[in-house]
Amino acid sequence: MVAIPHGDDHGGAYDDGKPGFFARWFYSTNHKDIGTLYLIFAIISGLIGGYLSFMMRMELAEPGIQIFEDGHAFNVFASMHGLIMIFFMVMPAVIGGFGNWFVPIMIGAPDMAFPRMNNLSFWLLPTALICLLISFFVPGSASGNGFGGGWVMYPPLSTSGAPGPAFDFIIIGLLAAGFSSIFGAINFITTILNMRAPGMTMHKMPLFAWSVLVTAFLLLLALPVLAASLFMLFTDRIDGGTGFFDPAMGGDPEMFQHLFWFFGHPEVYIMILPAFGMVSHVVSTFSKKPIFGYLGMAYAMVAIGVVGFVVWAHHMYTVGMDVDLKAYFLAATLVIAVPTGVKIFSWLATMWGGSISFTIPMQWALAFIFLFVIGGVTGVMLANAGVDVALHDTYYVVAHFHYVLSMGAVFGIFCGFYYWFGKMSGYLYNKWLAAAHFWLFFIGVNVIFFPQHFLGLNGMPRRYIDYPEEFALWNEVSSWGAYITLAGVAFFLIMLVEAFIRKRPATDNYWGEGATTLEWTLSSPPPYHQFNTLPRIEETDGH
Amino acid sequence: MRLKRLILASSTAFFALTSAAFASKPTDGGWWLQESATPVMDELTKLHNFVFWIITAITLFVMVLMAWIMFRYSAKRNPVPSKTTHHVGLEVAWTIVPIIILLVMVVPSMRLLYLQDALPETEMTIKVTGNTWNWEYAYPDFENVESYISNPLEKEEADAKGVPYLLAADVPLVVPVDTKIKVLVTSSNNLHSFAVPAFGVKMDAVPGRINETWFEVHPGKEGTYYGQCSELCGVLHYKMPIEIEVVSKAEFASWIANDGAFTKSVASLGGGSVTAAQE
Repeated sequence: MVAIPHGDDHGGAYDDGKPGFFARWFYSTNHKDIGTLYLIFAIISGLIGGYLSFMMRMELAEPGIQIFEDGHAFNVFASMHGLIMIFFMVMPAVIGGFGNWFVPIMIGAPDMAFPRMNNLSFWLLPTALICLLISFFVPGSASGNGFGGGWVMYPPLSTSGAPGPAFDFIIIGLLAAGFSSIFGAINFITTILNMRAPGMTMHKMPLFAWSVLVTAFLLLLALPVLAASLFMLFTDRIDGGTGFFDPAMGGDPEMFQHLFWFFGHPEVYIMILPAFGMVSHVVSTFSKKPIFGYLGMAYAMVAIGVVGFVVWAHHMYTVGMDVDLKAYFLAATLVIAVPTGVKIFSWLATMWGGSISFTIPMQWALAFIFLFVIGGVTGVMLANAGVDVALHDTYYVVAHFHYVLSMGAVFGIFCGFYYWFGKMSGYLYNKWLAAAHFWLFFIGVNVIFFPQHFLGLNGMPRRYIDYPEEFALWNEVSSWGAYITLAGVAFFLIMLVEAFIRKRPATDNYWGEGATTLEWTLSSPPPYHQFNTLPRIEETDGH
Repeated sequence: MRLKRLILASSTAFFALTSAAFASKPTDGGWWLQESATPVMDELTKLHNFVFWIITAITLFVMVLMAWIMFRYSAKRNPVPSKTTHHVGLEVAWTIVPIIILLVMVVPSMRLLYLQDALPETEMTIKVTGNTWNWEYAYPDFENVESYISNPLEKEEADAKGVPYLLAADVPLVVPVDTKIKVLVTSSNNLHSFAVPAFGVKMDAVPGRINETWFEVHPGKEGTYYGQCSELCGVLHYKMPIEIEVVSKAEFASWIANDGAFTKSVASLGGGSVTAAQE
């Protein structure tokens, strides 16, 4: 170990002694503690976001307005559900949580490159969430409190349409969350490029680290654009301010849509790529086989990241764009199906010839693969600009992106959670409770979202508090699914409590021979400071 | 009760088809695109169905393959895993085959896109303006017809008239059948979107911009068509119905001659009960 001349003034960061409770959790610079904070934060945000969606589903269970005061209150819930789930649940879980926990360990590094910046990244997020929650209770528009302009925040609904302070709080909150992500991205890129253990070349790096690296680049390139467009909204909102998006002042509201989706489309891959990484490890572990086509898998993610930046306007097929431009975005969007297909088939090929054990994380991974295929192929349908005219802004789109997010990203998160739960906490979960969580969740989300394809095809538009009776049947079915999913969430929480009460100790490598990445060489939970002696990766190791 | 409603819904759909008037609106329990009334929607439906079979085949293929793998290579049946991690032929195949499928798809897709978006020589123009929260229709080709506002009906009014709530409006947009119509779409304040599922039309209404699209209703498809605002526009976004009355050319001419007034006989068209006798 390298001698540290002033090891005593680093708050225990260089030895295994943990600081006191407050210093450990509030001043934390340890990547594992910060990862844990991120995961706890994601669970809390997920419950808030889930509550919002459950209320919407109850409102939509039958025609008429039953629960919400008016359309504005419903729109506020819909907007905040989107923002909270994306910025405060999925992103903190996959990047902040699992990324912080396992990227340094997987590449054989003692910690992240910039531990203090890591601390800043995390603490910006609760601040941001508080800003968003405040916005619920302050005036938004003439119609009431909160901001109801959708998570996409299109002007004029977010400028002249929402003059109250509610949207200003959202701008501040999202800027804070955005900077949190940018700092995190800088940290991950630096860590992965500079702190790999001796012998850990890029082409030996575990796929989860690859996925976080690609994600970090997407964050670094996309989020400044979001920050810029939020600033432009902010100055547009000031009386006598700018008019970037105001046609009366020579601006154009569609400009915002271009800026927003230039961020927003890569954002989709920011949420799903880390899930790809985790699923790869889980599939490989429980097939007891190394991942099939490792290089293809890694570069498929790079390709998805690159192409993901040049397809944004497929969210805008109906805004009145030039037809040749639409033709380009149509073609470019279809291209994404190719690297995505490579990933799906490589997972299947990894399992082919393997010796598959159907553990809880493997069940989540298998469900992920299958449901992601459904979400992916409806994406191919929507990519066709001509057909999208019928489906744009209908429930078909809602079904599509919930299949890739609510069942893609979220299933990926639970897959990683059950895979690493013992490693992170040191305890084993109850398999029966975990299985109940999986099956209720699996059935529940499918019952919610599959019928929404039908609603969309039949023409039901999104973001409606009330709908014609003609859409009643599938809405009612969809709402039954919400109850089933809620029961699944309850089992998840019970599973957590039970595991921490029973404290069944987990061994170092409780998954056995298939688990080959570096975290399985450490104790469960890993020492407060790992790799005092850096591990050496031999030529023959890895892929 | 649900089942009853389902049967009821399908039987109404049946009557709608057999009666002289054609109407298009969503059907309870419906799970497909609304019936087409225009050449664009015909093509859109065709492409949708074509892509649908491709993606369904892909999904089923993956499902069956996964099920087979899970069965054949479970730890019980295959205790010793192989160590194969590469197969160049396979990797090339699953890159090339999807590309071929996409190429097969992209040709009709582009054809539809240009059919939809490249306006043909149109025979008349209507202008649609989205307001918060109603639609304003204007007929710039006919100076005698003043633009008018189409407001949503309240639940009680709709029930009293026997028209679908949140789909029917107090006065419809009136257009002739079998005519290529250019639609100019704009907005006076927020974003809106003018959408008519049966026509394959959805065009955002953007302040400061005039977007254009078109439709041509097939001969014989006179009737009432419904759409809804399809871009979030605030508190009453859900309550901006679009009702279109497609009438015969003669009837349209007399409506225009009458300065576009919604007299008793024409206003009754709003109820979705055009009959052959009226033509």
